[in-house]
Amino acid sequence: MKFRTRAIHVGNEVDPQTGAVVIPIHLASTFRQPGAGKWGTFDYSRSGNPTRAALETTIASLEGGCGALAFSSGMAAIHCVTMLLKQGDHIVAGCDLYGGAYRLFHQISSRAGITVTLADMTDIDAVRGAIRPETRLLWAESIGNPLFTIPDLAALAEIAHQRGALLGVDNTFATPVLVRPLQFGVDIVMHSATKYLGGHSDCLGGTLAVSDPDLHKQLYFVQNATGAVLDPLTSYLVSRGIKTLDLRVREQSASAMRVAQWLAEHPRVKRVLYPGLSYHPGHPLAAHQFDQLFGPMLCFELHADFAQTAAVCEATELFTLAVSLGAVESLIEQPASMSHASYAAEDRARFGISDGLIRLSIGLEDVEDIIADLQQAIARVFSSDGRS
Amino acid sequence: MAIDTPAQRPPKPHLTPLASENSSVSMQPTSGRGPGTVSVHGGEYRSKPGDAIPDPIFCAATYAFDSTEELLHYVRGESEREEYGRYGNPNERAVERKLAALDASEDAIVFSTGMSAIVGLLMAKLSAGDEIIFFDQCYRRSREFCLKHLSRFGVVTHQVPTGDFAAMERAITPRTRMLVSESPTNPHLTVIDLEQFAAVGRAHEVETLIDATLATPMNVQPLKFGVDYVLHSATKYLGGHNDLLAGVICGSRAGLESVRNLRGIMGGINSAHNLYLLQRGLKTFELRMQRHNENGMRVARFLEDHPRVERVFYPGLQSHPSHQVAARTMHGFGGLISFLVKDADWQETARVVDAARIPRIAPSLGGVESLIEQPLIMSYYSCTPEERERFGIPDNMIRYSCGIENAEDLIADLQQALDG
Repeated sequence: MKFRTRAIHVGNEVDPQTGAVVIPIHLASTFRQPGAGKWGTFDYSRSGNPTRAALETTIASLEGGCGALAFSSGMAAIHCVTMLLKQGDHIVAGCDLYGGAYRLFHQISSRAGITVTLADMTDIDAVRGAIRPETRLLWAESIGNPLFTIPDLAALAEIAHQRGALLGVDNTFATPVLVRPLQFGVDIVMHSATKYLGGHSDCLGGTLAVSDPDLHKQLYFVQNATGAVLDPLTSYLVSRGIKTLDLRVREQSASAMRVAQWLAEHPRVKRVLYPGLSYHPGHPLAAHQFDQLFGPMLCFELHADFAQTAAVCEATELFTLAVSLGAVESLIEQPASMSHASYAAEDRARFGISDGLIRLSIGLEDVEDIIADLQQAIARVFSSDGRS
Repeated sequence: MAIDTPAQRPPKPHLTPLASENSSVSMQPTSGRGPGTVSVHGGEYRSKPGDAIPDPIFCAATYAFDSTEELLHYVRGESEREEYGRYGNPNERAVERKLAALDASEDAIVFSTGMSAIVGLLMAKLSAGDEIIFFDQCYRRSREFCLKHLSRFGVVTHQVPTGDFAAMERAITPRTRMLVSESPTNPHLTVIDLEQFAAVGRAHEVETLIDATLATPMNVQPLKFGVDYVLHSATKYLGGHNDLLAGVICGSRAGLESVRNLRGIMGGINSAHNLYLLQRGLKTFELRMQRHNENGMRVARFLEDHPRVERVFYPGLQSHPSHQVAARTMHGFGGLISFLVKDADWQETARVVDAARIPRIAPSLGGVESLIEQPLIMSYYSCTPEERERFGIPDNMIRYSCGIENAEDLIADLQQALDG
């Protein structure tokens, strides 16, 4: 079965007792057992829950893995991965790492004597140079944020495995619609299910998927022991969201491409960062690794100062000014003042996060409406200061 | 404080203002925007409680007033706000505004099911001695409600052949209050000429109702043809995930006022949780319908070309008697298809149903999951062969509701089921 059909049917088997065509929401915290000391499929909801298991089955199918685990947030999922490590171990992570993962590695994992080195994941030599004998984990993002860097997943997997390390990939921006990292030899694929999997800005969740049953067992042990599992109601809402995942991401990616092309022609726009544009440095790899789609997220830089850029974000009428992404509603934000505000100014400059940068999460609105809104917002700001 | 003391101060702004004309909180701009934009933003406020992106779920059964003074404002009709859950709920209002925007209607009223919606409308509009006329392919339970139950209150129901406007006009009397049709009908997918239907109503000063559940507002907006009311079972394409029951009536605010009042008395409302799921489903409405339309067309064409298929009922096919009307009035033809298996008795037909692996055998339609059923067994089992012949339900008929799976998968699955 093709991807979209699996998204609808795998893990959504008809309930054998009632014939219900959608998975029931099992709120039970505990389950009756067949006998004293005899265990049924489910015993206690932290250890396993039928609604969560259904979602995990779907995720495993979509990522092409042997199993998946659902967590209460994306950070809980990443934290579970770091719990495979022990004192003295070392992590190599991307230098444009998500801020939450950066904080986890540097301020939480570090307490257990685990160290981290950041490297440019698009530079294989740099990654190789950062790896030490005690490196146990490489952590990359299939699309980096906010500069849309694209790492070579197969090359990273090869280096990691040569050096006896695991490769984990955060696939949140790309989604399994664009790329299934396990197919490139990645060991663990992680999602913030809050974003495209849930898709409606109304769930927090995280997932891990793997293709090695032994690794699945190890991660499950940590999840069960530490307890950050996804609740049944949210599991249901994420499963429901996944049924339209393929449609949403395809539509949003097609719209993002049109928005990127439109922005690239706009005289007020200095540059557009979108891997679908042929001149983006990550384009050849994206074209190779992704299924002819480049995702619903893009950034662009205005010929503008900090205040003007903020004003453009605030002048939109259809976009909502908010961080996060993956919603059916289009979101706009200024990384310098919002998602990356915690970076030191010199670090922002070093990583190319200028004051004029704007990040868009393209929603499901009509693309003509999205472009018209950006057009009026830019026009409004630059006609009022008399410079255009 | 005397009960007739004039209000000293205007009521404080409410957290979730109800009226779209309230200037303090603006609605998402959707006028003149595309159906995808209306699906996502239609009827929603730009700013929401807590600055949340999605609406919160208001489980409250009742709503508090700050003071007697505020209550007085409300009971005098000087302020619009919530009072008691049966009379309205912020989630209900948000869904109603979105559905009204999608159907290009002034107002919409949601009920707990499609049946609850039509019952609500007819109970509000008809009195003893009044008459109602149905085209005879309308949903069986709607006609049954009129024939078995409204008749107890002295309402007379007439049925005329579907699409026979002359017969409909002949059946109209001075007591006729409502003309009812489905379009497309189920399971024959007959499409009604809505302009003509509305014209008959107008000429005789009788109100008209179209059950457009199978069409959805993506494919046709009946009010634009002059029809007075549109009914949807929101359980189907509007909710779209086979996981909720709901119904809606769209029409003018004046026309629906008595319906809203009656709903407050009869109480066929939705829970806030259900309304939230409906609103969430509507966010992907345009996208899902594009796919249902595309899958419907592709599966119908595949079936029409298959040697084991005797006939396909799908208005997108030129072979369908309603194709001309459908092509003129509909943007797409939906996901529901009926077909006859050639030279098959009921058991051979059932074998095709049982051999299909993707669709589940279940009633209902319009969800992301494809469903399949044999009308003879699912809905008409208790009818006599003569009745089934009259309703046009042969033993070898299969009804297929295309979901949003990949069309290639649905077709390959039907192929193996038919060839097996």
